[in-house]
Amino acid sequence: MITKRIIPCLDVRNGRVVKGVNFEDINDVSSPVELGKYYSENGADELVFYDITASSEGRSLFSDILRQVAEQIFIPLTVGGAINTIEDFDRVLKCGADKVSVNSGAIRNPELIYEAAKKYGSQCVVLSADVKRVDGRFIVFAKGGRENTGLDAIEWIRRGAECGAGEIVLNSIDTDGVKGGFDIEMLDAVCSVVSVPVIASGGAGSINDFIRLFNVLPKVDAGLAASIFHFGEVKIPDLKAELRKNGIPVRL
Amino acid sequence: MTVIVDYGVGNLFSLCSSLKYIGAEATVSGEADIIRSADRIILPGVGAFGDARAKLSINALDKVVIEEAGRGKPLMGICLGMQMLFDRSYEFGVTDGLGLIEGEVKPIAPIIPKGYKVPHIGWNALDFTEEGQRSPVFKYISEGDYVYFVHSFSAMGCNSSIIASAEYGAGLTAAVQRDNVFGMQFHPEKSGEVGLKILKAFCEL
Repeated sequence: MITKRIIPCLDVRNGRVVKGVNFEDINDVSSPVELGKYYSENGADELVFYDITASSEGRSLFSDILRQVAEQIFIPLTVGGAINTIEDFDRVLKCGADKVSVNSGAIRNPELIYEAAKKYGSQCVVLSADVKRVDGRFIVFAKGGRENTGLDAIEWIRRGAECGAGEIVLNSIDTDGVKGGFDIEMLDAVCSVVSVPVIASGGAGSINDFIRLFNVLPKVDAGLAASIFHFGEVKIPDLKAELRKNGIPVRL
Repeated sequence: MTVIVDYGVGNLFSLCSSLKYIGAEATVSGEADIIRSADRIILPGVGAFGDARAKLSINALDKVVIEEAGRGKPLMGICLGMQMLFDRSYEFGVTDGLGLIEGEVKPIAPIIPKGYKVPHIGWNALDFTEEGQRSPVFKYISEGDYVYFVHSFSAMGCNSSIIASAEYGAGLTAAVQRDNVFGMQFHPEKSGEVGLKILKAFCEL
């Protein structure tokens, strides 16, 4: 039986993991290589790396780091951040990424999804959307959630999947950082218009939030989180053991 | 020495890194001489069947692979590389495969129940067949171990070669073997510890 995936997400800037990390078991807590290895050996089903570097110098440093991570972890690796062109896809795939996540780049140029899916296959293209409620509608935000695009999120995501995105990461700005649970209502709306896997992001604060997510919305395929894993508030093996106890299929 | 056949399809980085990690001597090559001199062959692949099949026939690498397999050299096809071992595929029209294992590659959508998503993406458990229990590539792993899948097409009509299947509303062909020829629909190089153990067992053949 296919299992629900648990995915830690690492924001990398200038070669380091941003958002402090708080692990006792590893020496250099801000090294993406060490942290990636730690997660892959401790139950993560997949890793997501976001490049939040601004300069091109930082970008080549990110490529080096990515290569080092990819050399040492043998689970799927998704890379996002500043993916605007097919050349950007090429750059990160050559460093060992398995999937590439597009967000603002696809909003500026929706053709990017189609072109990338045609060249690398749908399985390689992840559409990540930052979504917020505005006047009772779900609206897509760009530039890390700072810019209101006016786009209807449900329509945008439906179209993205139609153009070839093989997976959707739905990040609810409304629940992000609140640690009060995933945005079930928003996820449900998205799941009802796409048939590709949907990854829930934003709002996880406890093990119970994951149990509720998968129980209430069995259509959701994976849960993604950052700080609760980095700070050790939720340990992935404990989370998975609890999920299994609650009848949710996971890889132990 | 294990050769990973480079025919311009897909990313060989992870496969290479995983062989290095388990301490296997490996090289990436698209040259017939090197493939012939290798002790075993890995045929990788992602993307569409027709395109990959055409690329493999450039420089007659397909013939080299078929000949070497015929001489008893261990061969492992991974994902699309596995699908190419069969007689033919129905992805975007009909394309002939290498014909090393009897069977055809068809879309999974018609054989799985409604509500199951396509592609079949994620970690799924391996159910061994009787042959699978004895297969040398599984000697370091156990039935029920999880491996990582990403595919929309699957090998069918190959019952006598199946060594493992994966339950996804229907039993999907996960791994096949005919003598020295092996095929893995999942990605051992992305399946953590379990995948590395399968590659290790293959590199010991």
